[in-house]
Amino acid sequence: MSATQKMIALHGGLLGLLFVLQFLLPAYHHGNLARVMVLASYAIGYNIMFGYTGLLSLGHALFFAAGMYGMGLAVNLGGVAPAPALIAGVLAGVVVSAALGLLALRTAGVAFMIVTLMFAQAGYLAVLYFGAYTRGDEGFVIQQAQRIMWGIDLSDPANRYFAAYALFAICLLLSLWVVQRPFGRVLVAIRENEERARMLGYDVFRHKLGAVVLSGTISAAAGAAYGLLFGYVGASFASVQYSIFPLLWVLLGGAGTVLGPFIGTLFMFYLIDLSSGLTSAYMLIAGVALVVLTLFAPQGLAGELRSRIWRWLP
Amino acid sequence: MDLGPYILLATLEGSVTAAVLALTAIGLSLVFGVMRVVNVAHGEFFMLGAVLAWWVAHMVGAHPALGFAAALVVAPVLVGLVAVAADMTVLKRVDYDPERTIVATIGMLYIIQQITLMTYGPDARPVEPPFNSRLAIPWFEYSENGFQMYWPWGLSTTSYKLAVIAAAAVVLVGVWLLMARTKIGLLMRATQLDREMALAFGIPVERVYAIVFGIGAGLAALAAVLIVPIQQAHYLMGGDPLLLSFIVVIIGGLGSLPGTVIAAVLIGLSDGIISVFFSPTLAKILATLLVALVLVFRPEGLFGVKSR
Repeated sequence: MSATQKMIALHGGLLGLLFVLQFLLPAYHHGNLARVMVLASYAIGYNIMFGYTGLLSLGHALFFAAGMYGMGLAVNLGGVAPAPALIAGVLAGVVVSAALGLLALRTAGVAFMIVTLMFAQAGYLAVLYFGAYTRGDEGFVIQQAQRIMWGIDLSDPANRYFAAYALFAICLLLSLWVVQRPFGRVLVAIRENEERARMLGYDVFRHKLGAVVLSGTISAAAGAAYGLLFGYVGASFASVQYSIFPLLWVLLGGAGTVLGPFIGTLFMFYLIDLSSGLTSAYMLIAGVALVVLTLFAPQGLAGELRSRIWRWLP
Repeated sequence: MDLGPYILLATLEGSVTAAVLALTAIGLSLVFGVMRVVNVAHGEFFMLGAVLAWWVAHMVGAHPALGFAAALVVAPVLVGLVAVAADMTVLKRVDYDPERTIVATIGMLYIIQQITLMTYGPDARPVEPPFNSRLAIPWFEYSENGFQMYWPWGLSTTSYKLAVIAAAAVVLVGVWLLMARTKIGLLMRATQLDREMALAFGIPVERVYAIVFGIGAGLAALAAVLIVPIQQAHYLMGGDPLLLSFIVVIIGGLGSLPGTVIAAVLIGLSDGIISVFFSPTLAKILATLLVALVLVFRPEGLFGVKSR
């Protein structure tokens, strides 16, 4: 098989497997997997910036929350139907990420990380400050009646699974497509050597801005879907923790690989799920994982696979 | 009472914040200046200092002053040792790469915080101040009978708060002496200027790094011990000092010690005064946005000198 065929077989195989699992899994894991797929979409968005462009953001919760609140406030205050509300969430992500990109991309390296962290913190505090509309920490629930899209009740487990599956499939294929395109190749070139990419005549700033907007939009779509599918919108999704999680998932799965975000999210989700029986201090696991990963496997699971066995892995 | 006493009170409270903030931020600034890494776990070293202070004071148990004095020595040293161990086991192995260090220190942040939660628990616990007498402050007002002195209700401070300000000033002078007048300070400055050259001249750069990281964390812990009789020790208390120290270090110019102190005084005072008039959340939003915009448009800080 050629590399392209292998690639199609692998990613198609994963999507096929996830489709079949819907009918096989017991209820508990069925619900978990739906959640993992939405969160993995968020991680895919993060990976486009961190993994492929080399821009380490510590403020992705801003985009996730932009999508979630764009959708949630439209439903809750505007009384809008789910489909236009989802679009409102995605648009909020486009606007916020474009604005952040235009400002933050003037900096690089450590300054970029701190700037994104600070903007996300300001966003989180703004959610708390406008508690009259957002209900702050407490958040608000999206009623079942407001979650019926085109006659499909998204609070029903099977429908929810398929909706999460559809979102995940779109994000996975989109990222697979983007990284094969010249645009994605230029992003990798920027990651590897920004000066060289600039000397070859590429407009580095515009490519980076494109990556930020694409990444932010995917993250916002995941945030909007998460709010709609699981019926809750709250300030904790805007907090620093939700900026750290995608970083952790992508690092664990393998930055700069298409499958990495999903592998990392699945692995981490079940690690925390299993350990929550032992201790309530589950963030300890996340902390240990971060330190161990930076020390021993900076390429993550899929990255190690690529460097050892499957050199063709996109 | 009219506006004047309010502002005086806010200034006094603000000076206490500024004093503690200056100590915390100088630790962060030292680490950034010499090692060129950002320590995200700095706030947790602060928290660890406060928790250890409670633990030591609790263990000693005798007179509050005795327990506090013990905590003042033991907590910063222990925290410094933890930091040195973290530096040698983790940061050294990622080669002080700026981005990987940030990720690793985020990991440390959660490890320290969650271990504290598992051992110390979720309660906030107070430490008794060694001395705490209330000092009322007079206010002067001009009326038809000429100048009058009176004692407005609520306008007071405590002797302990004044002692915190004095202690912070002493420690800051100590840090300056350490950097400017001692051999180890010279080594630190040499490492800061040019790591490669320092290495070529036989300076044990890795040991200098470990010491700097330890001192930085120790300063944060010291600040926490000073504040813990006023605030209580809690496992989540590291968040705000971290954020404020970041703000201070960035406004003051990354790695510049005098700039850091000036910015700490400025931010501490304005924080006290602003939160009298505005909602604290709004003040925080404005402060974080200010930092982000300073980094974007004036990366050398408000007081920093543009590097060539």
